Amino acid sequence: MLLENFWKNHENLYYVVKNKKVMIGISIVVFMFLLAVIGPMLTSYDYDEFVSNGFQAPSADHWFGTTFMGKDVFTRVTLGLRTSLLVGLIAGVISTFVGCIIGFLAGYYGGVIDEILMAMTNIFIVIPSLALLIIISAYLPGDRGILIMSLIISVTAWPWTARAVRSQTLAIRSQDYVNLSRISSISVLQIIKEDIAANMLSYVFMVFILQFKGAILAAVGLEFLGLGPTQGISLGLVLQNALNWNAIQLGIWWWAILPGLILTIFVTALYFINTGLDEVFNPRLREM
Amino acid sequence: MRENILEVKDLKAYYKILKGDVKAVDGVTFNIKRGEILGVAGESGCGKSTLASTFITRKPPLQHISGEVNLLGEDIMQMKEKKFKKMRLKDISIIPQYALDAFSPTKKIRTFIADLVREHGISPDKKFFAKVEERLDMVNLDPSVLNRFSIELSGGMKQRVIMVISSILDPAFIIADEITSALDVSSQRFVATLLAKLRDEEIIGSAMFITHDLSILYQIADRIMVMYAGRIAEIGPTDEIVNNPKHPYTKALISSLPQVGVQYKDKKLSGIEGTPPHLLNIGDGCRFRFRCPYAEEVCTNTPVREKVAAGHYTACHRWRELGSDNND
Amino acid sequence: MGKYLSKKVLVYLITFFVAVTVNWAVPRFMPGDPISLLLARFSGMEGGREIIQSQFVQTFGFDQPLLVQYFNFWKSLFVGDLGISISFFPAPVMDIVKNNIIYDFIILVPAIILSWIVGNKLGAYSGGNKKIDNRVMPFFYFLTSAPEFWFSMVLVFVFGVKFGWFPVNGAYSSTMHPGFNFAFIFDVLKHWFLPFLSIFLIQVGGWAIGMRNMIIYEKVSNYSRYMKSLGASDKLIRSYGFRNGVLPQVTGLAISLSTFVAAAVFVERVFAYPGLGNIMVKAVLNQDFFLMQGCFLAIITMVLVANFIVDIIYMLIDPRVRLSYSEEV
Repeated sequence: MLLENFWKNHENLYYVVKNKKVMIGISIVVFMFLLAVIGPMLTSYDYDEFVSNGFQAPSADHWFGTTFMGKDVFTRVTLGLRTSLLVGLIAGVISTFVGCIIGFLAGYYGGVIDEILMAMTNIFIVIPSLALLIIISAYLPGDRGILIMSLIISVTAWPWTARAVRSQTLAIRSQDYVNLSRISSISVLQIIKEDIAANMLSYVFMVFILQFKGAILAAVGLEFLGLGPTQGISLGLVLQNALNWNAIQLGIWWWAILPGLILTIFVTALYFINTGLDEVFNPRLREM
Repeated sequence: MRENILEVKDLKAYYKILKGDVKAVDGVTFNIKRGEILGVAGESGCGKSTLASTFITRKPPLQHISGEVNLLGEDIMQMKEKKFKKMRLKDISIIPQYALDAFSPTKKIRTFIADLVREHGISPDKKFFAKVEERLDMVNLDPSVLNRFSIELSGGMKQRVIMVISSILDPAFIIADEITSALDVSSQRFVATLLAKLRDEEIIGSAMFITHDLSILYQIADRIMVMYAGRIAEIGPTDEIVNNPKHPYTKALISSLPQVGVQYKDKKLSGIEGTPPHLLNIGDGCRFRFRCPYAEEVCTNTPVREKVAAGHYTACHRWRELGSDNND
Repeated sequence: MGKYLSKKVLVYLITFFVAVTVNWAVPRFMPGDPISLLLARFSGMEGGREIIQSQFVQTFGFDQPLLVQYFNFWKSLFVGDLGISISFFPAPVMDIVKNNIIYDFIILVPAIILSWIVGNKLGAYSGGNKKIDNRVMPFFYFLTSAPEFWFSMVLVFVFGVKFGWFPVNGAYSSTMHPGFNFAFIFDVLKHWFLPFLSIFLIQVGGWAIGMRNMIIYEKVSNYSRYMKSLGASDKLIRSYGFRNGVLPQVTGLAISLSTFVAAAVFVERVFAYPGLGNIMVKAVLNQDFFLMQGCFLAIITMVLVANFIVDIIYMLIDPRVRLSYSEEV
């Protein structure tokens, strides 16, 4: 009886939990994070160790098999997952944050500010992000760390958030209750907090999921091209190694296919969450 | 004796949601004769638009619970969708509340009309469009409108085009849902008289004119049905309702109308205090009793419909005692 | 109409301007002075002195004021001088770009067009049929989430290695001589198919999802309601919905160009296909800055032109923009 009442009062939460897409997505994401954190501890190998003969297919000793030279793929993948997830997460947070501010300023104040910010945003959107990332990475001096990578990825990613947040702000801003607040001389900060933020929270969260998705794909992509963090192991680096050693042609499919599969499943899960949340927050879609 | 085009018997339609049932239409009975314009008045949320939806398309979570709706003798609530689809536009039609947004932005008006009537087995040839142009002329629109996209038309023009389209196949019954609400006063007058004209020329057989604006109904409706919170408060000929209202709600509505020539300093506008009840899982009893100045113990029982005069009914326990005083 | 186009052209011009400026400025101001390092490598090669004295290199000359260097950069662009590549020494960058841009074209243009058409059709079909929708949607999600670099490897594994139907390296066999004969063309097609398919399949997923969502969204629009109230068949309503749903998909095409460029880079890497994407990456790893910049500028130009073409197409199909009532959806 108590549970029934709880659901009736938190209707949105109920729909979130009931939505299959969201729950499946969240389970997979949680699993992946656990894999990244606990995974490397499950094996006794180090990622750079030559642990046995190369060329070994997945077995009880080596769940993901070994590389050409004899390193354990599972350890490399789970450890690499840590790096890639971290870069994706940090980049996602930064770009969402920056994008929100810019998008909000453009949408709320309108006029010249809007025109300038939107021109900037459009320019960035037109320029192919990977090309820009490659150019920037090329000129970076010294070692590339996780932070630097996250930063340059967010540089190309924020325009998306800005655009989305701006249109949402415009829609909310023209609502009457916001206009009332503006007339009644409540401070801008309070208007943001009470009227606008509350309605945007779900939207921003969904945007963040998309940003996270884009960032991790960009991160692994750069790593794959050899432009990832210079130290340590990352998911893209595993794939690049597999490619450079002609893994597929030599039949060492587990080296190339498995790491990418992990990434794809993770990204699909994020996509599921996003679509599911869309259904929750847009009741019209629920009927579909 | 003109026949009944529409017979509604104890119709109930609820919105079934997670938290329970929103009893939006809860036991509604009335008829509409050929040649008649029935005005349906009431505050927002009283169920008038839900009534229209129940007739034309019941979109989940709106469900038909019980009761009959006989259109030209057949119960459309029990009719198979395939059969009823053929009746739409031909026998029953609607001028929707969202008329200004009822066009697809990428189709010309002409294409839209042609596609629609083709669905009903009518060939959109020269003869047909000659008739369309006649109707456009009737509403003071130039035939060039047909070659335009909706984006090129003003609000008033769109409204009139919709009226032409909805009545193009001369339906026996048409629902006009708040067709004047978004317009200025002179346009309101024009559109309302247009509806009456369509009825006079027998282009439409009968109409249900839904609005919250009683003064418009006074102009063109033959009978008025006052709804409150999903039920009929009072129904009767226009003159009766306006000059001899029996239900406290009707009385309050009438007296809250501004009178021409009377200024604020002479007589204050009286509104009705309070707001309509929330219809979620609402219980028995008169639903107006929370705002009614005459509510008493007996009002906790659901009132039954009682005859006041010929064709004039009301659902109130105390209507006899309260007389017909309009002044408060 | 004019306003819409001129605004777009302005943004593109500014973007080009910004791209060129970034191209010129970044190596100049990056610590570690990459250009000097590059020039030092040149000086050790044959014909190095001519290069150092060439027009292009002058634009990086440190003896001139910054503004002059900047203008010189633009000047050399206009005469098509993008410098000399060190990876392909002594080939001029412009020549390399001209020779290899074709490979990006033949993979990307069909992939873009076909994936858009097929994806939209599939999405529309799925959006109209709930049963099919539930079954195919997860598949589309998976496709669109798959990274290019991984998916290409899967295709290589399945079709190249396991089935052996297609070659997995290069644009054509090393034993073939380029020429307009059937054997050569067939060989090129064989090498072309898997890279093309890789991009095509993933993008189809994306377009299908987009169109399916638009169909569903249009289903609950007011005009759909009205048409239903007047007895229109679901088929008619869906076709109206499709016509409206196509609009944002065209806009999406312009936005997706960035994705296509990235896809090309990864696919070319995996298949060792000699397009500009692959060359640009090699140039980066080789610190061949002139070649890198040349590729970047070429790619930007292609993208801007493509954007413009899409904008014109959009204008033609959306009456609201054509009659200058609004900007695009």
